[in-house]
Amino acid sequence: MEFKSKDFTDAKRVLKIRGLTVGLAGRPKADPVLRGIDLDIRAGETHCLVGESGSGKSVTSLTAMGLLPKDALEIQGGSIDLEGIEITQAKPAQMRALRARRIAMIFQEPMTALNPVLRVGEQIEEVLNMHSDLSRAEAKARTIDMMEQVHLPDVERIYAAFPHQLSGGQRQRIMIAMALILDPDLLIADEPTTALDVTTQLQILKLISEMQERHGTAVLFITHDMGVVAEIADTVSVMQKGRIVESAPIRQLLTAPKEDYTRKLLQAVPNLDPRAPRAPAEARDVITVDGLEMTYGGGGFFRASQGVRAAQDVNFTIQPGRTLGIVGESGSGKSTVARAIMRLIDPTAGKVTVAGTEIAQLSRRQLQPHRKHFQIVFQDPYRSLNPRWTVARSLCEGPINFGTSRADAMEHAAELMELVDLPRDALDRYPHQFSGGQRQRIAIARAVAMKPDLLVADEAVSALDVSVQAQVLDLLDDVQEKFGIAMLFITHDLRVAAQICDEVLVMQKGVVVEHGLAGEVLAAPRHDYTRNLIEAAPGRHWDFANFRALDRTPPVTGATL
Amino acid sequence: MTQIPSSRHSAFQVVTGLFSVPKAMRIGVGPTIAAVILVAIVLAAVLAPYYVPYNPLEMNAMARLKPPSDDFLLGTDPYGRDIFSRVVTGGRVSLLIGVGAAVVSVAVGLLIGLVAGYFRLADSIIMRIMDSLMAIPAILLAIALVALNGPSVTSVIIAITVPEVPRVVRLVRSVVLTAREEPYVEAAIALGSSMPKVLLQHLMPNTFAPLIVQGTYICASAILIEAILSFLGAGVSTEIPTWGNIMAEGRSYFQIKPGLIFWPGLMLSLCILAINLLGDTARDILDPRMKKREV
Repeated sequence: MEFKSKDFTDAKRVLKIRGLTVGLAGRPKADPVLRGIDLDIRAGETHCLVGESGSGKSVTSLTAMGLLPKDALEIQGGSIDLEGIEITQAKPAQMRALRARRIAMIFQEPMTALNPVLRVGEQIEEVLNMHSDLSRAEAKARTIDMMEQVHLPDVERIYAAFPHQLSGGQRQRIMIAMALILDPDLLIADEPTTALDVTTQLQILKLISEMQERHGTAVLFITHDMGVVAEIADTVSVMQKGRIVESAPIRQLLTAPKEDYTRKLLQAVPNLDPRAPRAPAEARDVITVDGLEMTYGGGGFFRASQGVRAAQDVNFTIQPGRTLGIVGESGSGKSTVARAIMRLIDPTAGKVTVAGTEIAQLSRRQLQPHRKHFQIVFQDPYRSLNPRWTVARSLCEGPINFGTSRADAMEHAAELMELVDLPRDALDRYPHQFSGGQRQRIAIARAVAMKPDLLVADEAVSALDVSVQAQVLDLLDDVQEKFGIAMLFITHDLRVAAQICDEVLVMQKGVVVEHGLAGEVLAAPRHDYTRNLIEAAPGRHWDFANFRALDRTPPVTGATL
Repeated sequence: MTQIPSSRHSAFQVVTGLFSVPKAMRIGVGPTIAAVILVAIVLAAVLAPYYVPYNPLEMNAMARLKPPSDDFLLGTDPYGRDIFSRVVTGGRVSLLIGVGAAVVSVAVGLLIGLVAGYFRLADSIIMRIMDSLMAIPAILLAIALVALNGPSVTSVIIAITVPEVPRVVRLVRSVVLTAREEPYVEAAIALGSSMPKVLLQHLMPNTFAPLIVQGTYICASAILIEAILSFLGAGVSTEIPTWGNIMAEGRSYFQIKPGLIFWPGLMLSLCILAINLLGDTARDILDPRMKKREV
């Protein structure tokens, strides 16, 4: 795959950070949050800061912006030199003048970064009004010009729109326009594409590099996604626990990482090369879904409305021990299918047969005895366990509902803890005492406690750091092998789908557009939408775990950037 | 075995931990004073029968409208009754009504609110009834209820509770509506937990913190409403001294004997101020969003 390989040694140095140490305010003896960061960014360069959550990426960027939360964090040492201006010593008024003019920032969630009650055009203009003395008409003309530069369609209309009327991608374009309108020397982008769909992400990444080329901006790009790094970085710094463990040009870092931590991080990145499908079992299907349909709303009292058809005509079967993945972007209806199968919502039409029983049309009460056959693991490990309950109580809840005695359930819970690789004595603790990955293990243990035939994993690894993600995927694999559970795996991440699924079902706007063996769908997609999804997957030609290009790159051509 | 760290060192958690824990423990000067005042008033009222110098109901024609003296600490009223004895004794009924109304409205509101929050059909019916109750001015409703039931402590508690219940119901309902979307509640449903179990074990505990806060406000406002009802002559019967009754009787002699209104009024104001202050403190401790604003 092509990496960027421009040489920046002669370019002007925009940002120079030396020995930056940030710690808790008023507690000089406590462990610092950043321990001696060194960083250089030159004009026109894209420097990626990668690391897992809590590694200090965002604190670094906030410090450079002079936006550390007062009373909480303070700079304890080091220097940040932005073209001759020492940011660590700058007064608030100086910093205000610097921001937007010299240094700008875009954030992960454009909806919360924009003011919901102001028109987006006015919000861009406000930057001009505050930092320049252009007349109203000039400011508006400049704003419109900038909005055209970020390729917003129908600029006049969007100028007068409110943030909620725009899509996530359009909002992020507005943020970029706002950040770049005063032509800053340095743009800090903190996970700017993490909340976006993969096809939108590709467009935004393209836009950032286009703007960078046009204006010669230096970009500090913070991300946890190695694929994105491979696509856009000139140079990379890997952070861990407040330190930069390795800093190198992109090709060097991906082909010959020096540090163990970098290796570990890269090896955890799943690649897009699909797994070999397991032999179909002889046993009968665990679940058969036939013509499943879900329509939200509709049929109003005074005026018949159409309703939203979140899922239409979904058909599939899964055999014991096999995994079916449903992939698609947000709003494709993949979670609706999962929730309808779990009967957390009542499907409008269609049949769902689990372990020989038709469950789609049963009443809630009739359904109760069949619940134990199918279980679910949710995305957010911080919300899927009752925070007021001990782990033991959460693990015992299901079995006790189905008549197991408390003592037996407790014993089983202890076994389950070992199964998911957590110590037995952790049973008496509360969810907040565990990390995200550990909580997800507990959630899996809770589902497995019911000895289900079908396990639905709804984006079960999407909220986890990549190394933890790899562990949880391994655990799911183990559990599946041990108990022969059929798994329905909902994900937006094609890499994860490639690693775990035997079959893949691609959904778009509530409709199944492609369904087949994972190897066939991902290697030779037949539908345009699938092809777009695969093309948009960042870093898809690179096998991160083995530090080389993928042998068998998907035949679709041109992830152009 | 995966290790479980006792505390994680992500910057954010360390920061919030630093600020939230000590703040919750030292409650500040204002609330401490409020707590002391409230405890003093409650003790004075509860123990009144054991230490008051005169029977608060006993009239004495020889000692009408006496000024404060060694015999009568705060003087006497037009019937020769000791004002001090009456004011501290009057606190008993006022506080009883305040606490009683708070407990009853929270209990009833919790029950109705849980049902409204969980069952869609019940929700639309219950909330319309609650809306209509809220449309009637609380005092008018209370006067009507007392007029129907006759003046007694029970009927005053009921009269104060009825207008308060809709507020509690709304609060509980909104908490339940938010909490039922939580994945752990959906997981419980998927684990086959029955409806009462989900409702009582998973959803109800979420309502406790806001209810404690709401309860203190109801308690303060119930004491005030009781005083207003008594003042208007629609409260408990006039033989029983309450702060409202004492003030109502003192109205006609207010100009020659201001103490008749001043002392029960002072007790009433201090008591309500103290309860509201403690309610605010409870809210700051229990509601993390209010806490953040302070930081």
